[in-house]
Amino acid sequence: MGRDEESGDQFPIGMRVLAVDDDLTCLKVLESLLLRCQYHVTTTNEAETALNMLRENRDKFDLVISDVHMPRIDGFKLLELVGLEMDLPVIMLSGNGETKAVMKGITHGACDYLLKPVRIEELRNIWQHVVRRKRFDQKNRKNIDNDVDDHEKTQRASIEGMQGGGTSGTSDCSGKVNRKRKEQNDEDDDDGEENDNECEDPSTQKKPRVVWSAELHRKFVAAVNQLGIDKAVPKRILDLMNVEKLTRENVASHLQKYRLYLKRLSAVASQQANMAAALGGRDPSFLHMRSFDGYGNFLGLNPFQTSGVSSIPNSNLLGLPGFSPGMVQISRNQNNSSNSMNDLSKFQQIAFPSNQHGSLLQGIPTSLEFDQMQQKQKLRNESNNHLPGVYSGAPSNSFISTTNSSLFMQDHQQQPQQNRGSGSHSLDNLPDLSRLNETWQTVSSLSGYIDNTASSNVGGNVTSTIMQMNNSTMDIPTDNGLLTGRDSLIGRQTLMPSFGIDDDPRYLNFRNSGSLKQKLEDPKQHSALEPLTPFNSSLNSSMPNQTVQTLLNTVADRQRLHNMTNQATINSTSLTRHKTDKSVINSHIVYNEGNTSVAPKMQGGFGSNACNLDELMNAMTKTERDEIGFADGEMGSDFFSLSTCM
Amino acid sequence: MLGLGARRWEDDMTRLLGFLYHQEVLDEQFMQLQQLQDASSPNFVMEVISIYFRESEKLLKNLRALLADRECADYSKIGVHLNHLMGSSSSIGARRVRAVCAALRAASEHCNWAGCLRSLALLEHEYCYLKNKLHELFQVP
Repeated sequence: MGRDEESGDQFPIGMRVLAVDDDLTCLKVLESLLLRCQYHVTTTNEAETALNMLRENRDKFDLVISDVHMPRIDGFKLLELVGLEMDLPVIMLSGNGETKAVMKGITHGACDYLLKPVRIEELRNIWQHVVRRKRFDQKNRKNIDNDVDDHEKTQRASIEGMQGGGTSGTSDCSGKVNRKRKEQNDEDDDDGEENDNECEDPSTQKKPRVVWSAELHRKFVAAVNQLGIDKAVPKRILDLMNVEKLTRENVASHLQKYRLYLKRLSAVASQQANMAAALGGRDPSFLHMRSFDGYGNFLGLNPFQTSGVSSIPNSNLLGLPGFSPGMVQISRNQNNSSNSMNDLSKFQQIAFPSNQHGSLLQGIPTSLEFDQMQQKQKLRNESNNHLPGVYSGAPSNSFISTTNSSLFMQDHQQQPQQNRGSGSHSLDNLPDLSRLNETWQTVSSLSGYIDNTASSNVGGNVTSTIMQMNNSTMDIPTDNGLLTGRDSLIGRQTLMPSFGIDDDPRYLNFRNSGSLKQKLEDPKQHSALEPLTPFNSSLNSSMPNQTVQTLLNTVADRQRLHNMTNQATINSTSLTRHKTDKSVINSHIVYNEGNTSVAPKMQGGFGSNACNLDELMNAMTKTERDEIGFADGEMGSDFFSLSTCM
Repeated sequence: MLGLGARRWEDDMTRLLGFLYHQEVLDEQFMQLQQLQDASSPNFVMEVISIYFRESEKLLKNLRALLADRECADYSKIGVHLNHLMGSSSSIGARRVRAVCAALRAASEHCNWAGCLRSLALLEHEYCYLKNKLHELFQVP
């Protein structure tokens, strides 16, 4: 063909494009753009015409660009037909850029998918699809029907061997190449159809191109079905088809294409199923979330349901670096938590903590929440959406933070990246919390809410933990710095007028509920922790890290909250201090984790966890002595960061 | 004299064009159209927008007809027409028209008849505005 010389030399100049679009405006613009790219353009606004043109002489065109939405014939259908029959690269064009649509195009074999309005820059590159296809074609041809070279015979023998060796053999080698091509282009045509116009392959002896007309293809499919797709061997297909001038190579390459086409169909089906499953899994939660007032921020937050949700980096959380990570960690949908953080003022969010608490702690055998966990599981199942609420609530409320801490702990469990050894993480969060500029109203409202939820297993346990901690300070031997810290915490709490006033009654409630809970959970806790009932039950030595986290968070939160009112600059200062203190805390934590001997010192319920907590408290206490707001901020941030790492 | 008049006219047109770009009635795609016009296709832009107006009138008429009856509004057909209109509008750079099409599409997806009518009214308005301005620019019959 004359085209060979011209286009071969100047390719992509002169590349022959067939443009199909029922929209005359777009067609005109497209034509002009293609002409500007120095392609040779044929246009039609009817798919039927296009097909006829192509069938008439497939060699007339190098590339087809087709709109997706056409009235008389679906663009995808055209795409498939062109790919199957003519093995030309087809580019889809559409005004709809949704992923679904693009996916559909790709799975139907489009080698590219362009969005309207088409830009000339995009059109300048479309020739690559032609080249790519040709190159693969060459490779395939060399592999399969290369009977032109001097190695002709050997190759043929090898090819025959390959082909005769069964379809598997054929698919293996050329299939792979085909697959590559398919990924990029439409189905490949390995038989003699493709002209190596641009190829350097010295296969001068081109086989007459076989046009797989609809009729021919029909026969082919019939033969394949008759033989059974697995048993369909080119030779036998050829025999069944009984078409003159059709070589086995033609059939072989067409068979490969056909196989890939089928595979793609099934892949699409399963893909759609997967997508449906994924989207479906997500949707309910989303809907669920939206159903809650103020949960709007949690859109897309479905930590539990969507496995695909990736943990969101801390940075996502707005303004709550320290806190956010932890929160984020807990639920995959950390982003949401950041949103929720912003909406802390929303009361509804408070509801979440309890629910989330339950769900979060799922995996954590420890903590007083053992039966809570079961309840939480239920809660979780019921309302995954609540999770975000926890996050939102936590920062402003120590109780909530307790929940969060539990969550964190859970998160730690769930996520392999445990920074047990490095307690610094746990502290990281604290400062952020302190940084949270939660209004006291928010805090109190949250506290109030938590108070209300105290009755529920989840909420109650959480708060009770806190209360326990408070209570335990009394019980804890004074030599334990942690105790001191706790005392100070408690003291701090009372110091905070806005917070304290509202919370005291709640605290009482929590205490009550908490203690009850504690007892319930005791049996489940490690025995080592018994002395301090409240803590014992809550802290399960088996989950040192998480428990510690919880406690630390709780304590830290509380301290932080206290400090928030006291010190406006806590955030900044605590952060810095927190950093320095991290190492202290880390060491404590590290020490505590593996060290059961510490247990006796622990206030009791924690066991190894308690140790950690105590150590942490000690550290915090020390810092507190130095600077009041220090420990809180530090711890908080640490906690959070720890959970973040988790 | 002629030259002066011509230049003034050109200035006016340039100003008008600048105004249209500024108002986002037209966007970069229209600029691309202008760039495609050259010696080989001197009236390219005019031809394109003539085709566009012709097609769009039909589409708008169809849309109006489809939304005439609340009960029988075929929203899927509306969607099809809208796709067409959106595609062509974006191809020539009619940004505002396209934006209103999107709004109308959203309303039709929700089967919101009243919303559709409102959007359609807005669409027709934007379309008329664009047409008038482009006629001014290109003296398109």
